[in-house]
Amino acid sequence: MTTTSFTNTEQYNYDVIRKFAIMTLVWGVVGMLVGVYIASELAFPVLNFDIPYITFGRLRPVHTGAVIFGFGGSALFATSYYIVQRTCQARLFSSGLASFTFWGWQAIIVLAALGDVMGYTQGREYAEMEWPIDLLIEVVWIAYLVLFVGTLMKRKQPHIYVANWFYVAFILATALLHTFNNLAVPVSLFSMKSYSLFSGAQDAMTQWWYGHNAVGFFLTAAFLGMMYYFVPKQAGRPVYSYRLSVLHFWALIFLYMWAGAHHLHWTAIPDWTSTLAATFSIMLLLPSWGGMVNGILTLSGAWDKMRTDPIIRFLIVSLSFYGMSTFEGPVMSLKDVNALSHYTDWTIGHVHSGALGWVAMVTFGSFYHMIPKLWNTKMFSNRLINIHFWLATIGILLYITAMWISGIMQGLMWRAFDDFGNLQYAFIESVAAAHNLYIMRAIGGLFFLSGMVLMCYNMYKTIKSGTTEQA
Amino acid sequence: MKHDKIERNVGILIILTMLAISAGGLVEIVPLFFIKETVEKVDGVRPYSPLELRGRDIYIREGCYLCHSQMIRPFRDEALRYGHYSLAAESKYDHPFQWGSKRTGPDLARVGGKYSNDWQTQHLTAPRSLVPQSVMPNYPWLSKTDLDYSDIQGRMKALRVTGVPYSTSKAEFDKNVKEFGEETAKNLHIPDAEKNLIAQAQAGNYDTNPDKLTEMDALVSYLQLLGTMVDFRKYDDDYFAKFR
Repeated sequence: MTTTSFTNTEQYNYDVIRKFAIMTLVWGVVGMLVGVYIASELAFPVLNFDIPYITFGRLRPVHTGAVIFGFGGSALFATSYYIVQRTCQARLFSSGLASFTFWGWQAIIVLAALGDVMGYTQGREYAEMEWPIDLLIEVVWIAYLVLFVGTLMKRKQPHIYVANWFYVAFILATALLHTFNNLAVPVSLFSMKSYSLFSGAQDAMTQWWYGHNAVGFFLTAAFLGMMYYFVPKQAGRPVYSYRLSVLHFWALIFLYMWAGAHHLHWTAIPDWTSTLAATFSIMLLLPSWGGMVNGILTLSGAWDKMRTDPIIRFLIVSLSFYGMSTFEGPVMSLKDVNALSHYTDWTIGHVHSGALGWVAMVTFGSFYHMIPKLWNTKMFSNRLINIHFWLATIGILLYITAMWISGIMQGLMWRAFDDFGNLQYAFIESVAAAHNLYIMRAIGGLFFLSGMVLMCYNMYKTIKSGTTEQA
Repeated sequence: MKHDKIERNVGILIILTMLAISAGGLVEIVPLFFIKETVEKVDGVRPYSPLELRGRDIYIREGCYLCHSQMIRPFRDEALRYGHYSLAAESKYDHPFQWGSKRTGPDLARVGGKYSNDWQTQHLTAPRSLVPQSVMPNYPWLSKTDLDYSDIQGRMKALRVTGVPYSTSKAEFDKNVKEFGEETAKNLHIPDAEKNLIAQAQAGNYDTNPDKLTEMDALVSYLQLLGTMVDFRKYDDDYFAKFR
């Protein structure tokens, strides 16, 4: 990576990045707060308060939408604009388009949340947004693609840096997934209700091809792009292996798209589809770990920074969680394991070890590096970064431990037989048995949320001390 | 080709990336639309009546699928707990599918007929009055809210575009009579939707309050239908296995 210390900020469009960065923090707090609330609803159902708008069923998509598309999405817009400009040494080619993606994306998140609480939903996980919002997403996304590729084209460096490959794959794949999973027929031009074009088994395959690859590209490939810039930058070392990055990039984007049907093991889809998906899920372990190894070993020769630099700690621990969840995923995709784990809290735990451990932690690390640079200043407090790190780590551990225990317990209770060959437990006994674990999960979430709030305070003080004046 | 070339050319990078990410979906999903064996040939599966359709819309609106699956897997414990494993055919008119991914509550694929209308209404209104350890929210507004069926024809017409055989003409109606029998065919006729919806609600009295046509009527009529369309006594155990 070339050093860019000689350049001043005038050369780049930092304004749109600053906006996206602030909204990342806002959506992080909102999304995680709703997460803690719905986790508490499952422990104490009285919290539903008989109000339609805040029942678990309507708030859950608000949570997933705000954290995935609000927090994660804004973080990706911010970092991709930061990275593409700095590695290409080129300004975003259109400020108007950049601004449009910002306002468009924020409108989408707000409208999606409003739609969810009002009960306008397509009934597809992570694609709950009804058709008018889907159209808006399509337009904003194409603007994003044009802006990103257009900026790559005016780069001053002959090579396209590896982080940008991942962002390109993420933008293209998301466009593809979003388009085909949201094919629907609206009831009328003025109705928020639509019916999906596909039905039953075909619809299920389309939805989980989308659902799995939203994880694969939105929450993995793109965040690997983030990792490929900020880990070497913060460590002050070059990426460990160029060859490995080439290999695992192509393997990752090719293999991911085959694995979606592992969400449908033992369901009414043809057996061969499900077996093929499991096979590719196992193979996926290799490129996943390729990325993890490449990231962690970038620190070779600078291991002492794990002790002294809390930002490095965030980044390296995020890679460890990435390695752990990309090992757990293939294990859960084995049909025999899936027979136990599917439909249980284990899945929820797995998602959160990836989402909190990997996605959120790598974002935190990257933001602690990037935000002071955007405002020409230094972080207000390193000590608070360190406290955030521990709050987040303890929160994740509480969360996933609770879900492992309740998940495996549910799986075992549902299939337990007594000596006479009858079912040993009524379903409700498995619900009652999970109660304390649901409380533990909510507490874990609360830890993670307090870390997020602390980060906002630290950022607020940092930004206040900084300046957007171009040096 | 040296990888260096890809790194220097955005166009090549984009084309190769598109090829890499398209393969999986093409191989796994596209065949399902053309292989007939994907969906079992079985009698009894029919599109929803207007009232059941509105009930299903409410099921989706309230996000029931986030805690309840509608997909029984072919295991001994699930057979005992829920009944025969689910067939692809049973959701062939489901736009969107509602198989779910999580069982915070039990599977509902065959909940139809297991409980009385009374029980369902009471349970939806206040689950803990019947099942003390339940964590399900109360849905008291369902039996207080009049069912809005003003756009029921529009809903059926939209589904017709996706391929559900709701009829608009005499010829289509006759075709449905042949396939589903006269009684069902009448319920699938779009011009009579409102009339049929009211008639079914009055005959079924799902919310146990004959004076009002509420959202509860619609939702319970849908729940009572779930998993009841196929008569499994008519088929050999081995018959369905060959479709997987």
